[in-house]
Amino acid sequence: METLWFCVIALLWLGYLFLEGFDFGVGMLLPILGRDNTERRVMINTIGPVWDGNEVWLLVAGGATFAAFPGWYAALFSAAYLPLTLFLLALIGRGVAFEYRGKVDSDRWRRTWDTVITIGSWVAALGVGLIVSTTVLGLPLNANGDRVGSVFAAVRWDTVLGGLAVAGYALVHGAVFVALKTEGDIRERARRLALRIAPVALLPVAVLLFLVAGWWAVGAAVLAVAAVWRLALGREGQAFALLGLTIAATVVTLFGSLYPNVLPSTLDSAYSLTVHGAASSPYTLTVMTWVAAFGTPAVLIYQGWTYWVFRKRIGVQHIPSH
Amino acid sequence: MARWQFGITTVYHFLMVPLTIGLSLLVAIMQTAWVRTDNPKYLAMTKFWGKLLLINFAMGVVTGIVQEFQFGMAWSEYSRFVGDVFGAPLAMEGLVAFFVESTFLGLWIFGWDKLPKKVHLACAWAFSLATQASALFIIAANSWMQHPVGIVFEDGKPRLTSIWAVLTNNTALAAFPHTIAGAFAVAGTFLVGISAWHLWKKSDREEVWKGSLKFGTWVGVVAFAVLAITGDVQGKLMFEQQPMKMAAAEALCHTEQPASFSVFAIGDVRRPDCENVKSITVPALLSFLAHNDLTSEVKGIEDLVPLYQEKYGTNYPVDERLGDLSGKPIDYTPVLPVTYWGFRLMIGFGAIAAGFGLLALWLTRKRVPQGRWFPLAALASIATPFLANSFGWIFTEMGRQPFVVVPNPNPSGVDGVWMYTAQAVSASTVGEILTSLIALTLTYGALACVEVYLIRKYVRGGIAGVMPAKTTDGTLAFAY
Ligand code: HDD
Ligand code: HEM
Ligand code: HEM
Repeated sequence: METLWFCVIALLWLGYLFLEGFDFGVGMLLPILGRDNTERRVMINTIGPVWDGNEVWLLVAGGATFAAFPGWYAALFSAAYLPLTLFLLALIGRGVAFEYRGKVDSDRWRRTWDTVITIGSWVAALGVGLIVSTTVLGLPLNANGDRVGSVFAAVRWDTVLGGLAVAGYALVHGAVFVALKTEGDIRERARRLALRIAPVALLPVAVLLFLVAGWWAVGAAVLAVAAVWRLALGREGQAFALLGLTIAATVVTLFGSLYPNVLPSTLDSAYSLTVHGAASSPYTLTVMTWVAAFGTPAVLIYQGWTYWVFRKRIGVQHIPSH
Repeated sequence: MARWQFGITTVYHFLMVPLTIGLSLLVAIMQTAWVRTDNPKYLAMTKFWGKLLLINFAMGVVTGIVQEFQFGMAWSEYSRFVGDVFGAPLAMEGLVAFFVESTFLGLWIFGWDKLPKKVHLACAWAFSLATQASALFIIAANSWMQHPVGIVFEDGKPRLTSIWAVLTNNTALAAFPHTIAGAFAVAGTFLVGISAWHLWKKSDREEVWKGSLKFGTWVGVVAFAVLAITGDVQGKLMFEQQPMKMAAAEALCHTEQPASFSVFAIGDVRRPDCENVKSITVPALLSFLAHNDLTSEVKGIEDLVPLYQEKYGTNYPVDERLGDLSGKPIDYTPVLPVTYWGFRLMIGFGAIAAGFGLLALWLTRKRVPQGRWFPLAALASIATPFLANSFGWIFTEMGRQPFVVVPNPNPSGVDGVWMYTAQAVSASTVGEILTSLIALTLTYGALACVEVYLIRKYVRGGIAGVMPAKTTDGTLAFAY
């Protein structure tokens, strides 16, 4: 049962990284791909109906961790207090910015919020990468599961690499998403950009995986190469799906190498939090399993339906004049 | 410090929450009226109030995200202690409510021209019902802290034995309608205030404002009636489950029989001085609130403290995490000025708003008063239910101090599970918490200005501001 919930939480993170990965990417690329206000609006509207739903994957990952592994939830989030605060501030900023940027007809107003979106997306992508890699790589925890040492214990070169990994992935994923969802000039530019940055941007993912899991990293790397190859041939849909598989393989590899720990202690492996030590009681896990068994398919169906409703590509000609 | 941080962020979150909960249902009703009658008046209402709802919703979401992580960040000991019970409703809220809420809102905003009318309407309902559901789950979690049920105590921790008992906790079943009614009170007065202003300004589309005004007054008046009734039910539960909170609500020193309800006090209600406090009282009303009986006894703080000391000890355990408090005597009395005035301000601001609502209902039965005072009073009354809600929560949360999870000393309750607030916090350093407190407060402050600015702008814009000119072929009916 604990193992099942470990897998569920890995799945929730996967859903989050896959979905919010591209909407972070769109935000990060806003000033690069969007040459004028109309193009930026095209980009924002590709994710407009869905970004909030994507973000809920994070909330549920957090809530499910609280319910199934309170020890993990408590230790990770209290130890990474400051990075997490920064991450939350970034999410606040970009969330409000999407909703408010179009509400006043002024260039200065829009430019300000565009900046918030871009910075917010960069910081949030780096932050979530840092937090996920922290749980995989471990923290200096004492016997109670509390962090000893500096408030920046979660910020090390290897977790920063994790941050870069997610940010890099989000960049490529976001560019491919724009290519997939738009038409006209911007579509072609997005595709070319994705191709150009992919070798550099996907490098941190590969290095991180190699550090954590050795040659198991090859699986994800092959998928990433395949994605770039399909993209080069102009098959955006396939490239997008392959990138999804890349992140899936990445999450599976990372969490697979973590198991049965959930948060290793770098001081003494006896203090590491494990799936058994940090878990809730069997009754709570059973309740949660029932809820998840009914809830998750429903979520997938109606979120899938949303993507279907908004499946049409959009271009500059679709943007109303104000 | 962690308490300040949590208190500030939560009260802030709860400024947006009631408006979202209330307005979302009202907008869904307006849209239903439009779909059924095809009357353009209802379409205009839906668009106008829907726009304000969205501006507010964005803030509700982003402040909520902070809440979700706070328990782990600042209250890690608490999370470890209660995780087995407390996490489940939180996770359910996400899985059952937030997914529906965010997805269907996205469909609603962008779906005006993409979905058939009825499907689009269904999205509005799904969104609104999900906000109500989210309130139910979170209140169940909160009520468990006030009245722990559905658990056994094992290895020093509560272990969940019945999720059903947690979700149908009588405390939650009483708090939920009270909170929801508080949300409708907010939404109702919001409609009244803004419509009255537009009518006075003689804005376009008079029929829209008249309709909204009437709708708002009714919603408000009914909501206030429900608030009083459910508040009374809560009072009885509180008396049974948390006698100390009841005594603190009244700053009641001595046991009284029959107990009178204090309307207003002059002087310092803090404990050592309570002999000196002059207060205006209504005889026997407190007994009624607690018991439905005008003659019954209500225990005062002086008599409750020994009871708590006997059951839960006189001193904190010796534990280094308690810091200065370790081994010190426990003060079982909540901060009386806060609980006493919190309780009174909740009811008082509610009463002002309710009084104005009744007045407005009476005055507008034939035509809307022409004078300048009416719209101004209506606009001012918008603030009152917001304040009442905040004070209600402040009272509820402060009244359970010094506990986070409150023991219920009466024989009928589940006793034996409790946690002191001082034990609940993370091992975080003061610097960390202070940094985040400052950063969040500044951000929230700035965003509050932006939200108020936008709401004002759209309120002034009236209907023309929210009804886009006819779209030409192929362009999106709505785009960010
Ligand atoms: C009585 C109702 C109520 C109460 C007491 C709270 N909330 Fe809330 N919350 C809502 C009612 C609500 C809502 C109506 O569902 C919101 C408000 C505005 C909104 O966007 O949804 C929301 C939004 C909201 C969100 C964002 C959801 C999204 O992305 O759609 C989160 C994560 C939380 N809340 C979490 C919390 C936590 C952890 C609380 C405990 C301290 C809390 N809320 C108190
Ligand atoms: C949205 C409405 C709410 C408001 C306005 C509110 C208000 C407050 C305030 C003012 C405090 C600080 C009290 C103090 O200084 O000690 C507090 C503390 C706290 N509240 Fe709430 N609260 C709300 C809902 C909730 C809910 C739904 C939960 C749980 C699910 C909750 C859990 C807590 C906890 C854990 C603390 C910290 C412990 C403490 O200081 O006592 N609150 N809240
Ligand atoms: C006759 C009027 C009212 C009475 C008798 C009343 C009674 C109560 C009581 C006894 C509680 C505390 C429950 C507990 O801690 O166990 C409470 C909480 C609360 N009240 Fe009221 N109330 C009244 C009016 C209002 C009004 C007008 C509002 C807002 C518009 C409001 C909003 C709240 C809120 C938000 C809470 C905290 C959440 C909760 O525990 O449900 N109340 N009220």
